[in-house]
Amino acid sequence: MSEMDVKVGLAEKPPGVEGAGFFATSLEKVVGLARKNSIWPLPFATSCCGIEFMATMGAHYDLARFGSERLSFSPRQADLLMVMGTIAKKMGPILRQVYEQMAEPRWVMSVGACACSGGIFDTYSVLQGIDRIIPVDVYVPGCPPRPEQILDGIMKIQHLVETESLRRRDSPEYKALLNKYGIE
Amino acid sequence: MEPAQHPTLTLLTERFGDNILSADIRYGILTISVTQPAIVDILRFLFDHAQLQYRYLTTLCGIHHPEVNQIAVVYQLHSLENNSRVRLKVWLPEDKPETPTVTDLFAGANWMERETYDFFGVTFTGHPDLRRILNVEDMTIFPLRKEYPLEDQTREDKRDEMFGRGMVGSGQ
Repeated sequence: MSEMDVKVGLAEKPPGVEGAGFFATSLEKVVGLARKNSIWPLPFATSCCGIEFMATMGAHYDLARFGSERLSFSPRQADLLMVMGTIAKKMGPILRQVYEQMAEPRWVMSVGACACSGGIFDTYSVLQGIDRIIPVDVYVPGCPPRPEQILDGIMKIQHLVETESLRRRDSPEYKALLNKYGIE
Repeated sequence: MEPAQHPTLTLLTERFGDNILSADIRYGILTISVTQPAIVDILRFLFDHAQLQYRYLTTLCGIHHPEVNQIAVVYQLHSLENNSRVRLKVWLPEDKPETPTVTDLFAGANWMERETYDFFGVTFTGHPDLRRILNVEDMTIFPLRKEYPLEDQTREDKRDEMFGRGMVGSGQ
């Protein structure tokens, strides 16, 4: 083995019952495994955090290692909305529309201080955190966060995706969460 | 240079002497306060004058002066022919700031006047499309007027005493 040999890992199989010619596990675990390793992110980049995301997508940090090499620039095919940067109040309804156009199941990651809380822009024209208009699954703090932090956020999202119950999106709690944001 | 020696001011005084409230050189630019009804005529005079040729409107903006309850609208002109600049100010009452549009003279004033309306509430009479340009349409305030706070008022996690404002029980 030389140093040039790169080990290519496969996703770990979920716990289950195995025998000659068969492997049995729950459907939820298989779906979780598939979804986790093929998340299509929609980058909603408005400022410097978006530049960090470009580095994250680049060859050095390589988001493709997590099964997310296919960015979706249409919300309709996206699984994960990545909001990176300051969201002005005027941008708010647009962000919300993008979120509403995404199909379930959908996840949201808020990258950077501005998207999480308004950041340094405590001013009349800036939305003080995107969680005022859409629900957020993972917050990545930093101004801007390094690509490693964004990757850490992606891994947190992957964990949520993998372990989410298939029934969660039909639950009354989830409907109540959306209703809290005025989303049907 | 004393403002009185400035050729632009000399020519303006000849024609609009009664409408000039004050003149000064500020930051190397001749700054003239003029009475509000004369502003369009003065701008047109500066534009059309054979020698002066102030034909470029660099900027148009508002300034709020709460100490005198007035809003100033500032026109900064550039004569590309003479490489000379001049700044004109009109003073409007805070409670009803209204002045005629200059879009007939400078088409570029359109968005600048909309911006001044958006942030200071100055009504430019005769403007073809006077509505907000940068802020959200349903905003009810004119945010750069000093009676409105700069910060977002909906945050509950920022308490004044943590930022050295409105100290409570500090014994000061």
